[in-house]
Amino acid sequence: MTQLQLVLSILCALELVLLVVLIVRDRLPGRLTYGSLVLLELGLVAQLVVGLSMVLDDHRGVSVATYVAYLVGALVILPLAAGWAWAERTRNGTAVLLVAVLVIPVLFVRLHDIWSTHV
Amino acid sequence: MSEAPVEDRSTGSGFGRVIVFVYGVLAFAAAGRASFELVSKFSKAPVPYALSVLAAAVYVVATWALATDRRRVALVAVSFELTGVLAVGFASLLWTSTFPEASVWSDFGIGYGWVPLVLPVVGLWWILRGSRT
Repeated sequence: MTQLQLVLSILCALELVLLVVLIVRDRLPGRLTYGSLVLLELGLVAQLVVGLSMVLDDHRGVSVATYVAYLVGALVILPLAAGWAWAERTRNGTAVLLVAVLVIPVLFVRLHDIWSTHV
Repeated sequence: MSEAPVEDRSTGSGFGRVIVFVYGVLAFAAAGRASFELVSKFSKAPVPYALSVLAAAVYVVATWALATDRRRVALVAVSFELTGVLAVGFASLLWTSTFPEASVWSDFGIGYGWVPLVLPVVGLWWILRGSRT
């Protein structure tokens, strides 16, 4: 994994703990949660830029379409989750965010796999 | 900030919100995978790749039906999904030569953390639970 993906995965793990605590205590996300989710999303934008420059520069036989699809997937899942959770201001809405935070590291692993199998 | 609407018992609200989101993620994943397989390498393994297309279609229908509270459609789609993941799961273990490449439901969806196996069970419970009372 790239350094950025590693840092973002750690951020996802922290986010995960935060969201689980909120769900268990039946509290709604506050400024800390939203702030850190925005931070995570900014990191994902950075990852898109880095990833695009990597794959477009020298894709070494990596399927560009697949790689870009995963990059874009990682970028959009959090906003989609936030939008979907918006109408459900209960712990269920928070759980939607939790699912997104769980999926993002999986997408990183897939990105890593796609990249490394062709090197 | 407006207050959350009163529980309308739609399959897409409450805990259903989470279920629909997971279905949506799988629908995206399966549709993306299926279109990639169709375009780039369908002839290599037609059976598993055709099953990937089928799986993708079922997830898309299930997501839409659950989100819009179409219980009957959702019930059919989710039941079909459970049958599919079990059938393809067993078939991929028994007739390995027909499945040289994995499909979404191969080995009971192991490639997706067994979510394809667990999700229809949760989905069925959710739809049927909501229909009572």
